[in-house]
Amino acid sequence: MKISEKIIEGGLFSSAVITILTTIGIIWVLLSQSLVFFKDVSIWEFLTSTEWTPLFTKKSYGILPLISGTMLTTLIAVAIALPLGLCIAIYLSEYAPRKFRDIFKPMLEVLAAVPTVVYGFFALTVVTPFLKNIFPEIDTFNALSAGLVMGVMIIPMVSSLSEDALFAVPKSLREASYGMGATRLQTSFKVLVPAASSGIIVSVILAFARAIGETMIVAIAAGQMPNLTANPLAAVETITAYIVQVSLGDVAHGSIEYRTIFAAGLTLFAMTFVLNNVSFFIRKKYQEKYD
Amino acid sequence: MSTLTMEKKTHFAEPIKNMSDSKKKPSIAKISTNNVNVFYGDNKVIKDVSIEIQEKSVTAFIGPSGCGKSTFLRLFNRMNDYIETFRKEGDICIDGKDIYGKKVMVEELRKMVGMVFQKPNPFPKSIYENVAFGLRIQGIKKRAVLDEAVEHSLRQAALWEEVKDQLNKSALALSGGQQQRVCIARALAVGPSVLLMDEPASALDPIATSKVEELIHQLKEKYTIVIVTHNMQQAGRVSDKTAFFYLGNLVEFDKTKKIFTNPKQELTERYITGRFG
Repeated sequence: MKISEKIIEGGLFSSAVITILTTIGIIWVLLSQSLVFFKDVSIWEFLTSTEWTPLFTKKSYGILPLISGTMLTTLIAVAIALPLGLCIAIYLSEYAPRKFRDIFKPMLEVLAAVPTVVYGFFALTVVTPFLKNIFPEIDTFNALSAGLVMGVMIIPMVSSLSEDALFAVPKSLREASYGMGATRLQTSFKVLVPAASSGIIVSVILAFARAIGETMIVAIAAGQMPNLTANPLAAVETITAYIVQVSLGDVAHGSIEYRTIFAAGLTLFAMTFVLNNVSFFIRKKYQEKYD
Repeated sequence: MSTLTMEKKTHFAEPIKNMSDSKKKPSIAKISTNNVNVFYGDNKVIKDVSIEIQEKSVTAFIGPSGCGKSTFLRLFNRMNDYIETFRKEGDICIDGKDIYGKKVMVEELRKMVGMVFQKPNPFPKSIYENVAFGLRIQGIKKRAVLDEAVEHSLRQAALWEEVKDQLNKSALALSGGQQQRVCIARALAVGPSVLLMDEPASALDPIATSKVEELIHQLKEKYTIVIVTHNMQQAGRVSDKTAFFYLGNLVEFDKTKKIFTNPKQELTERYITGRFG
């Protein structure tokens, strides 16, 4: 019995260690390969140059166009998901009958379970042609279409986590508000949303991080054109899409072109890492407030 | 008398007007209920209760836990409406008007019938914004009006002197007793004529409790106060009349002095003397 306990404990321990080692391994590969890259390309050029053309004859290694492509699609996605997600959260938490909420919420979360390749395909073959009717000048691959569809994809993250935050606001605050003669709408927007604001912010940040790291949709629908622009109708390239392009392309392993994807990956990792930590920090503060 | 279908905005100064009006017809009860039954689903929690509460008096509801005193109190500002299985029979009138009538706007009713809850529940906002909340949701934006109402209400709640230099501080940073008085000020700011208090001192320490009780004494001059309490000494100290509830029945309702010294019902006497409950 003692021995079997030991074996189980060892098994559980090693599964934890394997996870951590894998993470460390990933970070190690990212860092070491990036370090080699930054021996050839200065960090200054990497962060300030406005051209990203590592695969061309005239090479330039400015990550800004990729960051702008990433931010553009992500901001479009959040601009869709934040208002819609918040409205859904308020409706489910404050208006919908309990039974409806219990059925609707899991259904909404199915949106998050749709394979992203399906979303990407949908963006390219349905949304883009539709947008072309409205904006004839739009590129076949464009940030808007990818951003919109990505927005739909992250709605459940915003609505579900925000709904949890709204639902967790103490009943006593609702009573106080209703007791003052406030309507449901006033109670929702003047009491509950401010009281749940940290939870709502966390939901948006996590959705934001998810959109930044999203690959399939943008790789299929947003294009492969590193482009420092804020024009949503233009083709852009996100960091993730670039990494796919190079990984699947015929770039020689070990070449500087090949190493660009590690530098790009490191940049992406830094962005999502910061966002995750910000949300973790806010969530911790938020928990202290209500315990 | 302010009515349930007020055309004009409620104003914090209105109770004073109510006072002069009321002297003309002092005999009509402020709140009256007629054979009221309340159900939660199939569960009958208030059984055939009729009661008349006089204006500008303090009425205490006492009784053991689960006797229905809180539920009964929450009928007066329709807070039970949010319970999905809630159903009531019988009439409940304030100022002679059926507050469950079809034309009654529940938001308007609650501006007239303020409520203070068991646990202090200030909003996570500043002291100022807490007290101004009721006026803000009525669309009042003028700073001067809000300033005056906030000061007036905080003075009425005997809190002004303590917080006047820190009105922008979060209400959550105050002590429990101060928080409860912010909640009282918040309720008063919209100019109610009735104040419902659901065990307002049960979460407070003895000093804060005595301050709230003192406040109830002062507020009685302007407001009709109904207070639910599990503390019989408190009922004895603050109220003019006391209603004893047991298992959803109104067992006895009389002058507080009478209830505590010479109750008619044996059940009341047994509860008062602490033999059950």
